[in-house]
Amino acid sequence: MSTSFLLLLIVLIGFISYFAGRARSFAQAGGKLSNLHSLPGYHGSYVAIWAILPAALVLGAWLVAAPVYIDSSTRAVLPETVQAQGGATVELALGQVKSVAGGLKRLTAEEVSALESGSANLRSTLAAKGVALAGEGEPYMITAAQHFNAMTVTNRWLMSAVVLLIAIAGGVYAIRNIATRFRARNQVERVMLGALVVASSIAILTTVGIIASMLSEAGRFFTMVSPFEFFFGTVWDPRFAAAGSGGASGQFGLIPLLAGTLYIAFVAMLFAVPIGLFAAIYMAEYASPRLRSTAKPLLEVLAGIPTIVYGFFALVTVGPFLRDISAQLNGLVTGNYQNFIQAQSVLTAGIVMGIMLIPFVSSLSDDIITQVPRALRDGSLGLGATRSETVKKVILPAALPGIVGALLLTASRAVGETMIVVLAAGVAARMQINPFEPMTTVTVKIVNQLTGDLEFTSPQTLVAFALGITLFVITLGLNIYALYIVRKYREQYE
Amino acid sequence: MTDIASPAVRISTRPASAKRDIGIKRRYAAERRFRAYGIGAISLGLFFLALLLWTVFSNGYTAFQQTTITLPIEFTEKVIDPKGERTTDGKVLMTANYPLLVRDALIKQLGIDASKRPLVKQATDMVSASSRTLLRDIVVADPSVIGKTIPVTLLAEANVDSAFKGQIDLAVDQSKRKVKDQQVTWMNELASAGVLKKSFNTGIFTFGASSRPEAAGVGVAALGSLYMMLIVLVLSLPIGVAASIYLEEFAPKNRLTDLIEVNINNLAAVPSIVYGLLGLAVFINFAGMPRSAAVVGGLVLTLMTLPTIIIATRAALKAVPPSIRSAALGLGASKMQTIFHHVLPLAMPGILTGTIIGLAHALGETAPLLLIGMVAFVVDYPGSPMEPSTALPVQIYMWANEAERAFVERTSGAIIILLIFLVVMNLGAILLRRRFERRW
Repeated sequence: MSTSFLLLLIVLIGFISYFAGRARSFAQAGGKLSNLHSLPGYHGSYVAIWAILPAALVLGAWLVAAPVYIDSSTRAVLPETVQAQGGATVELALGQVKSVAGGLKRLTAEEVSALESGSANLRSTLAAKGVALAGEGEPYMITAAQHFNAMTVTNRWLMSAVVLLIAIAGGVYAIRNIATRFRARNQVERVMLGALVVASSIAILTTVGIIASMLSEAGRFFTMVSPFEFFFGTVWDPRFAAAGSGGASGQFGLIPLLAGTLYIAFVAMLFAVPIGLFAAIYMAEYASPRLRSTAKPLLEVLAGIPTIVYGFFALVTVGPFLRDISAQLNGLVTGNYQNFIQAQSVLTAGIVMGIMLIPFVSSLSDDIITQVPRALRDGSLGLGATRSETVKKVILPAALPGIVGALLLTASRAVGETMIVVLAAGVAARMQINPFEPMTTVTVKIVNQLTGDLEFTSPQTLVAFALGITLFVITLGLNIYALYIVRKYREQYE
Repeated sequence: MTDIASPAVRISTRPASAKRDIGIKRRYAAERRFRAYGIGAISLGLFFLALLLWTVFSNGYTAFQQTTITLPIEFTEKVIDPKGERTTDGKVLMTANYPLLVRDALIKQLGIDASKRPLVKQATDMVSASSRTLLRDIVVADPSVIGKTIPVTLLAEANVDSAFKGQIDLAVDQSKRKVKDQQVTWMNELASAGVLKKSFNTGIFTFGASSRPEAAGVGVAALGSLYMMLIVLVLSLPIGVAASIYLEEFAPKNRLTDLIEVNINNLAAVPSIVYGLLGLAVFINFAGMPRSAAVVGGLVLTLMTLPTIIIATRAALKAVPPSIRSAALGLGASKMQTIFHHVLPLAMPGILTGTIIGLAHALGETAPLLLIGMVAFVVDYPGSPMEPSTALPVQIYMWANEAERAFVERTSGAIIILLIFLVVMNLGAILLRRRFERRW
């Protein structure tokens, strides 16, 4: 019986239990609903919960535990000579046994007996059925595979029987509980509350998952490369993972990547902050409601465009434009038509990322500026200040903490941005201060190290997790500090 | 003496109502400048938006047209099945030399001397190499066509397509461009004969990945995206709503709920690529799920979307006035009943709006998908979310890395399709809000 069919059966039992529970509560009430403590629907749900929940929990646990048990029992069947060779060999043999087991199911009885007597070649027989075996099969694998198959079949039947039995038993137990004064609603609501708690703990679990997974993989990386070399190294040259070489062959210096990340984010902020801030001030202080209601959503469209589109924009429009215009400028000044801005450069990535950040700066600042109390504004205007003076001397100083928070949130976005820099910043990890040359970022290198074929043993792939945790810590720090400031600021004026 | 007296004289000559010079002119000029900066900033932002959209649309609208060549193809038995084995050997029809059929038809159509090899090569280069599979599928679907002559619409090769759309500068010397003069002559000849023409490109919607631009489309990637969106919707809406109900209505105000709150706000601002690393380490490496599968992508995007949905849902629940709650509780409803029967339905428009916006965001997300192996060359439609698939934005990323001119056009076309999806989703959210949002 397949797992999905089993699940379907459980749900079916749940359905039946629901109606059975309802009917029983009706019968108990003797036709008068007011005799019941809870509505019949609650009684039905109560029975259905008892039928489904324990069975589903057992099923889940079983599905996790059974393969582990079957594996270990199959491992025990392997010959002593294999077991003596230790972990990796045993795992390899186990993997082969499993593919043999899969293949055996497709063979006829005669072919199996031919294999058992040794008159047929295991690998070629299986290959004919479309099961590719890595390496020659050994005779012991057939016995082990048969053991494996037998265990799997027994396991299936046992699991189906136990789970169905639990479902039915749960339903029956719950039905017997139903009485007129039985508090079915309270029971059902308790289960619902439990479900709500589980759902809200997923947010926590995600964070825990992020931190735990990154720490463990990064920890493996740091056993191969010393943290000092990673955090203070100035050369990024990971090389390729040489097959079989366990140690680190390349150099994994974080500094050039971090420098590129911060430089590009800085250029982007340099571009986005004045535009975004002035747009926010105009929108909050000067714009007529009509202008505001059209310009604000239009600017926010910029925030809704996927970053891959910005990357493409940088690649086909901004990069070539900067390259060509620099060649023209150079030609006008020196007569030598050689471009001094590369198509992929810090400037290209920074400008395009800046465009993406404009709406973040403007909406966040707009919210904060409009929160400055009316009285401050009126007081300043009443004393004869012009509007711009009010903005510069009163509103901005009052809103400053909030705006700083907003800018930090924006900066955290700039640091973590991936697709624009992947397409526009280049891949060369260099330390230099010329914004017209390409540099690379932490995110670009995470993508580079993790696309393509992976094996989770080489420092070349594991370094991505060390980069990831660095990125996570930087953005987390920025976010927490920014959210703290913004929250403080709100409280001040509320 | 006059030096000293003159200021006094000047003051005395002024009218009594004269104001002290407080630099009004200068200050108003500053005011005007300040205003101009603001207008300048807004127009600059809007200019960039317009430039971005213009880039995409001007490059991309031609992707929805494709040059085709309709040729009478003679399905000669001598070429397809020279030994007459097709009834016994199934492979014959699969491996037959179909390009030869196209070549013969072209030679006939253009009247070339078949013995002039280079000329024939130039002619066959005008037709997409995908013709092989097209003709194969026709024959395999209906072997009775063998021996007949049927007009078949073939795709033109990408460079011919670009030339016919006028995207290649034909004034340049022919050694510097991919379409030769002879081919241009033929192209014009075929066009005036009505054989070669532009038609609406259905291929971009239905095809999968291909190294040949004319045979590449977003159909397969869109299906992968659809699977992921379904998974995100099915998982993140119930979980997000349940979590927000607990946090907003039941959770006691203590340090733990405070922590969860800070945590959720933070998760909303974690770089998306970090979710990709999480998916790689937890779902693929630890739980052993298949790489490149839509199900992993869906789970990763679910985790990424959850904070957005939770924040939106909590705002919507908060907006339901307490009087509704009090009324329900006063009539004897339990707290659970109050929330599920009264508060939640009233908050639903806000919740759905937040969900749609979260989904739209997830649809355009690329970075985490790169890490879980969705950068894959997927030609066939994935039959289930467990099979290797790719996604719309990832397909755009892969095409953006291709060098050919025709792929720029395809990339822009794919972006237009993606943007249309996003616009539709966001418009839906706005309409929903307009139609159902209540103000108390």
